[in-house]
Amino acid sequence: MKGWVAGLLIAFSLLMLLNLVVVTLLVKGVGIWGINIPVGWGFAIVNFVWWIGIGHAGTLISAILLLLRQQWRTSINRFAEAMTLFAVACAGMFPLLHMGRPWLFFWLTPYPNSMYLWPQFRSPLVWDVFAVSTYLTVSLLFWYVGLIPDLATLRDKAVHPILQKTYGALALGWRGSAIHWTRYETASLLLAGLATPLVVSVHTVVSFDFSVGQVAGWHTTIFPPYFVAGAIYSGFAMVLTLAIPIRKYYGLEGYITMRHLNNMAKVMLATGLIVAYGYVFEFFMAFYSGNQYDRFAIINRLHGPYAPFYYALWVCNIFIPQLLWSKKIRENTFILFIISIIVNLGMWLERFVIVVISLHRDFLPSSWRMYYPTRWDWATYLGTLGLFFTLLYLFLRVLPAISMSEMRVLVVETDPKRKH
Amino acid sequence: MPQIFNRTANIVSKASIAAVGLLAVVLGGVLWAVMMSPYYTNVNVTREQPVPFSHKHHAGELGIDCRYCHTSVEKSSFAGVPPTQTCMTCHSQIWTNATMLEPVRASYRSDKSISWTRVYALPDYVYFNHSIHVNKGVGCTSCHGEIAQMPLTYKANTLYMGWCLDCHRQPEKYLRPKSEVFNPNYVPPANQLELGAQLVKDYKIIPLQERQSCSTCHR
Repeated sequence: MKGWVAGLLIAFSLLMLLNLVVVTLLVKGVGIWGINIPVGWGFAIVNFVWWIGIGHAGTLISAILLLLRQQWRTSINRFAEAMTLFAVACAGMFPLLHMGRPWLFFWLTPYPNSMYLWPQFRSPLVWDVFAVSTYLTVSLLFWYVGLIPDLATLRDKAVHPILQKTYGALALGWRGSAIHWTRYETASLLLAGLATPLVVSVHTVVSFDFSVGQVAGWHTTIFPPYFVAGAIYSGFAMVLTLAIPIRKYYGLEGYITMRHLNNMAKVMLATGLIVAYGYVFEFFMAFYSGNQYDRFAIINRLHGPYAPFYYALWVCNIFIPQLLWSKKIRENTFILFIISIIVNLGMWLERFVIVVISLHRDFLPSSWRMYYPTRWDWATYLGTLGLFFTLLYLFLRVLPAISMSEMRVLVVETDPKRKH
Repeated sequence: MPQIFNRTANIVSKASIAAVGLLAVVLGGVLWAVMMSPYYTNVNVTREQPVPFSHKHHAGELGIDCRYCHTSVEKSSFAGVPPTQTCMTCHSQIWTNATMLEPVRASYRSDKSISWTRVYALPDYVYFNHSIHVNKGVGCTSCHGEIAQMPLTYKANTLYMGWCLDCHRQPEKYLRPKSEVFNPNYVPPANQLELGAQLVKDYKIIPLQERQSCSTCHR
């Protein structure tokens, strides 16, 4: 309890920092960030892609693994889904703030307006609005539907009338009858079916933000698959980063077992290799296409002013995660925790490399310029971390972090003494 | 265990589903109504002016040409608000003692402009040019309404972008022969669409793509 309060306090103060940043931003405009021309997309877009990527593990675990009937998902799906929601909330802030006039965000949606205009449907940025808002809606529904039986349990256990009423209203009158369960199962499967394409589509559309443009280093066909793999990679890294301390702190080793950590590490290793393939292929295509701008983009990554970030990216995302081939390391929670943080960092660096290195030297040498994040850039980033962890701490306290109803089923189903 | 909610909760929960949809529709409708109301657009709202100048009297009853006062409308982006000297071309001879016109005479004596209140204001990010419109057959009254019937001037249109685009997308609905541009009492003929289509050709109006391109107006 004390640890929880301390954690929430730190997260909440960072959230207040976000508050300060947003107010300052609204008053002064995006000039408080380090963005310039040609680097018009700075930290805001780096962080947007990073957060939205993190969300993907939750959807993958809840949707695809449900359809594949992977029972091991049961104990991690609830908080992975919550993590998805919170990550999408953080991600959504960045493009909105980056617009400069966030109060006009609704211009991005098609609605009858006094300008007689539709949004530019040929722009991937508009596709992004649809992709991310669909993602948020479906993830929220999935999470909520999954919570209903548990909310009913909480309602029944609650003593205080206000809690009873709150959980009761949220439980939508769940009585646990056979009809309720059949409908619940159908709804879960339908939502899983809806969410499955989203695992692939959301980050594909995010990658279009880059690959549809003609900037060297962005304009490649490998971006969609390599972004999706990267998203799942960073998502699982974040699930591990959260799961390892939570299971230790709350004594959940019996629920989130070694098998879970081991499996997640394996998913991380596999997706990490796909990402590595993407990196290698960028090299190959720069050589094979014979395009001087593509070649320059790669040389600039290796020898340009931001080269250390590129090398750090390789170390964090490709070299260090190779340790996961060893079972010993996969089952050492401490090292696994460290690796998961390194992968999170690596995936952040990847987006930094893509956004900043590609932009800071575009086609016209006369417009080349360096990008330096200001303290407001860092404050925005830290602020969204605060938002994420505040939501997470509150979630851990008021809702069951592990699905109770699914655990009950699992315990019965896997009981060796059960008679058929 | 006693029931937490009573029976009416069933009805409330079902009604709330419909209520959310209804609320969205109503809210949208109210916002649209506010956007389109004179409260927000200032359409049909007369502004107080230092001198109660009547377009009805000058342009309608007396038949003074628009360009007598708005001299630069054919050559410049700005139609031009007349200097006090223009008023005094007549008012040094007639109504010389009218109290209503005292601010005009004061302005003439002191050489300080009368500060009229602007009725038609476009945002700064819109590039608008009067001369191109006037020279391609857009009449004064097409945008400024029945100015010859206005005792005090008010805005006749919203100036919303949709309003601009309505004409930019289908100029044939509004174009008139150049000889009629400054006629404040012009009534469009029955075959307006036919005539308009012909005028679009004759006046070599730029193609639709350019007329509604962003950078035509937002330069």
